[in-house]
Amino acid sequence: MKQIPAILALTILVVMAGGPPALAVEPDEVLANPVLEGRARAISTELRCVVCQNQSIDDSDADIARDLRLLVRERLVAGDNDEEVVDYIVARYGDFVLLRPPFQPNTLALWLGPPLMAVIIATLSVLFYQTYQRRRRAGTGPEPLSPSDRAELDALVERIASTNPPSPSSVPRSRFRAEIEEGLKPPPDPDDELPGADESSDNDTHAGNADTQRQT
Amino acid sequence: MIAEIGQYVLIAALVLAGVQAIVPLWGAARGEAGLMAVGDRTAIAQAVALLIAFAALTHGFVTSDFSLSVVFQNSHSLKPMLYKVSGVWGNHEGSMLLWVLVLALFSAAVALYGRNLPPTLKARVLSIQAMIGFAFLAFIIFTSNPFARLTPAPLDGAGLNPLLQDPGLAFHPPLLYLGYVGFSMAFSFAIAALIEGRVDAAWGRWVRPWTLAAWTFLTGGIALGSWWAYYELGWGGWWFWDPVENASFMPWLFGTALLHSSIVVEKRDALKSWTILLAILTFSMSLLGTFLVRSGVLTSVHAFATDPERGVFILAILAITIGGALTLFAVRAPGMKGGGLFAPVSREGALIANNMLLTLAAATVLLGTLYPLILEALSGGESRVSVGPPFFNATFGPIMVPLVLLVAVGPLMAWKRGNLRTASRKLIPAAVAAILAIAATFLAVPDGPGLAPFAMGLAAWLGAGTIAEWGGRIKLFSSAPTVSLRRLSGQPRSASGMTLAHLGLAVMIVGITGSSAWRTELVTTLSPGQTVEGAGYAVTLESVTEGRGPNYSFERATLLIREDGKLVTTMLTERRFFPVANQTTTEAGIRTTLLSDLYGVIGERGRTPETANAWTVRFFVNPLVPWIWFGALLMSLGGFLSLSDRRHRVGAPRRAANAPPANPPSQPIPAPAE
Repeated sequence: MKQIPAILALTILVVMAGGPPALAVEPDEVLANPVLEGRARAISTELRCVVCQNQSIDDSDADIARDLRLLVRERLVAGDNDEEVVDYIVARYGDFVLLRPPFQPNTLALWLGPPLMAVIIATLSVLFYQTYQRRRRAGTGPEPLSPSDRAELDALVERIASTNPPSPSSVPRSRFRAEIEEGLKPPPDPDDELPGADESSDNDTHAGNADTQRQT
Repeated sequence: MIAEIGQYVLIAALVLAGVQAIVPLWGAARGEAGLMAVGDRTAIAQAVALLIAFAALTHGFVTSDFSLSVVFQNSHSLKPMLYKVSGVWGNHEGSMLLWVLVLALFSAAVALYGRNLPPTLKARVLSIQAMIGFAFLAFIIFTSNPFARLTPAPLDGAGLNPLLQDPGLAFHPPLLYLGYVGFSMAFSFAIAALIEGRVDAAWGRWVRPWTLAAWTFLTGGIALGSWWAYYELGWGGWWFWDPVENASFMPWLFGTALLHSSIVVEKRDALKSWTILLAILTFSMSLLGTFLVRSGVLTSVHAFATDPERGVFILAILAITIGGALTLFAVRAPGMKGGGLFAPVSREGALIANNMLLTLAAATVLLGTLYPLILEALSGGESRVSVGPPFFNATFGPIMVPLVLLVAVGPLMAWKRGNLRTASRKLIPAAVAAILAIAATFLAVPDGPGLAPFAMGLAAWLGAGTIAEWGGRIKLFSSAPTVSLRRLSGQPRSASGMTLAHLGLAVMIVGITGSSAWRTELVTTLSPGQTVEGAGYAVTLESVTEGRGPNYSFERATLLIREDGKLVTTMLTERRFFPVANQTTTEAGIRTTLLSDLYGVIGERGRTPETANAWTVRFFVNPLVPWIWFGALLMSLGGFLSLSDRRHRVGAPRRAANAPPANPPSQPIPAPAE
């Protein structure tokens, strides 16, 4: 869930000291020049430790990762730019070493996949929405209430009404019932004003449909 | 002896699953109540059988019965009790047993609490669950038997991977499985609905609580896993886009989409076929994740199995389940009737956009995860690429930005037709907060990465927008405090849960931004007594002591952290050596405040004579990183709160058919709404 792709650049404060050879970024690998070291770290996060499972050489404590880290720094000190350093490593270890796969024939599907899928998903949903609207306008709405559904509805209305004795604020039974039926009817043409769009519904947007709003 | 009982009940569970897969389904087709009711009993019996099997395996681990092959390979007599128990699922066989146990528990929950479900739907759901259970039980018994014996029994075990010997990781798999496998419920309901040919608002209500429960557990499980990585792996990272992490993240993304689209089914009776498809896809991702992790296709910390026979078996399960489900969907979905009409700018519209973006995100993660495998397979091993964090950051991040922007807008939309003008008026506080956050971040950290202030602005937008929406709902400030209070107590818990979860996302973005953008780091070598300054602090290695834990030896460093000469904290960090596994782990010293973590780790001791008394010390300042897990916690809490909504209670929803019409008026009837 990293939201911010480009900000892996770390602020690095390093104190030089002679140290033991070994694991992850070790004190003895660190370059004296903080700018070069910063570039080395940024490059390292993009290079795979080839013998590890999905670890960059910056994170790994494998020997080969250390060798690569030292190699990156050697090239940087020799005056290579970032691209030249990466090319140098790729020339020796192949594309496999790149955690950001290069844009080339065998990764076309990978890189073009997400934007292509975005277009497809967007197109499909627009098409789906249009068909849906057209079909609904043609009048294939939900089925009308069957006699048994109607009986259930009557019973339900009766039951709710009988447990909530009429008070000045309560809704007349007939209106309550009418509202439920209204909710079941195919809505009018969307270009007409739809119910539910007025401001008063905003407070209860969560409660949503009629049956859950009645309580207040 | 006890292991043999385990073996026996495991086979009994397989037989029960076989019966349950066929009889209730047949009963539902013929409309015979007696046959349908069989499913309830077998589901409960299956759960009991698997509980016994699980207990038998646990007994083997607790008593260190090394005549069991699994115990020998994954346990050791010296291991602390907690890790003997967690060792039960810290291996391939045991974790698969946990998988089917969770599946059976969910089925039993339907059998016990699903009294209000129409009998045919319930019978079909239980049958589908049993089919999945049957396949995985067969997988366990034929390829991964946890009760296999060794003769002669070895004297001691090979030990559990030391990295897994940690409280966080002890509870990570059960939580993850509750989520992962929990999505089987949505799947079974979807398939049952396709068979019935009926999807309505009531169906949405039945499916939502199960999906919500699974999602909540999965959120907790993933967060726990990333927290573990953060404090255990010793370099302060918490998410690596590792295929195994992605395997749990893809069902989460689809599950989140499903959670939102099922709201539309429930409230508006729309998006039905899409929701069914999402339910299928979500569980397919769970199965795919199981395949990726369990088959050994990828080998990493989590993936312990490397037996191709198993991979082929799971792949077959995967193909049959997904292929069958999608075929059924293709046949039945076109016949489904659409529900309520809505304008593009509406709550429905916003939820569709949410679904599109989440689906795109999940598809992108899927592509990146499978691409190297597919490419390697297609080219016969010739062509190999790595797809690592840079790819995912570059593709996933841009998809999340519009999604997060939208999360603040969606809840302000009315159903059917929203009003953009009203909504934008209500978003003024969010916009103001976003601008303030961007400006404040620029001023506070002018030399940081350029995108970070905008990420903070995004978080502020979401946070303020969510709070403003909540304030609007309870009429905060726009009416008397007593009115607000009354409205607050009258809020449906599902709505409050949503607010909490969205707020959690905002908090998490702050944490993600802080930890990726402004982390500072100090790597050095210190002898006891030496001090070094950097990252805004003075770090002193006070002492290094040696000692022994239950099954390891350790070097424990005491670090004194000072800021401006004042002692901030004394930190203990350990390097543990596990002789059984011949492996070293680190325990980071972490001091957490609301605003940042100070994170210290001791590394290796010097190898040359002149450095023999010096250690590598790494010290990180990870700003805002605790917010990541605090945000995840809020999201989980939101899930639980929403789950406790009485409308979501298992069994609460009913198709009006079940309401007894002849109810005596004196008997209080639960109000139909919150």
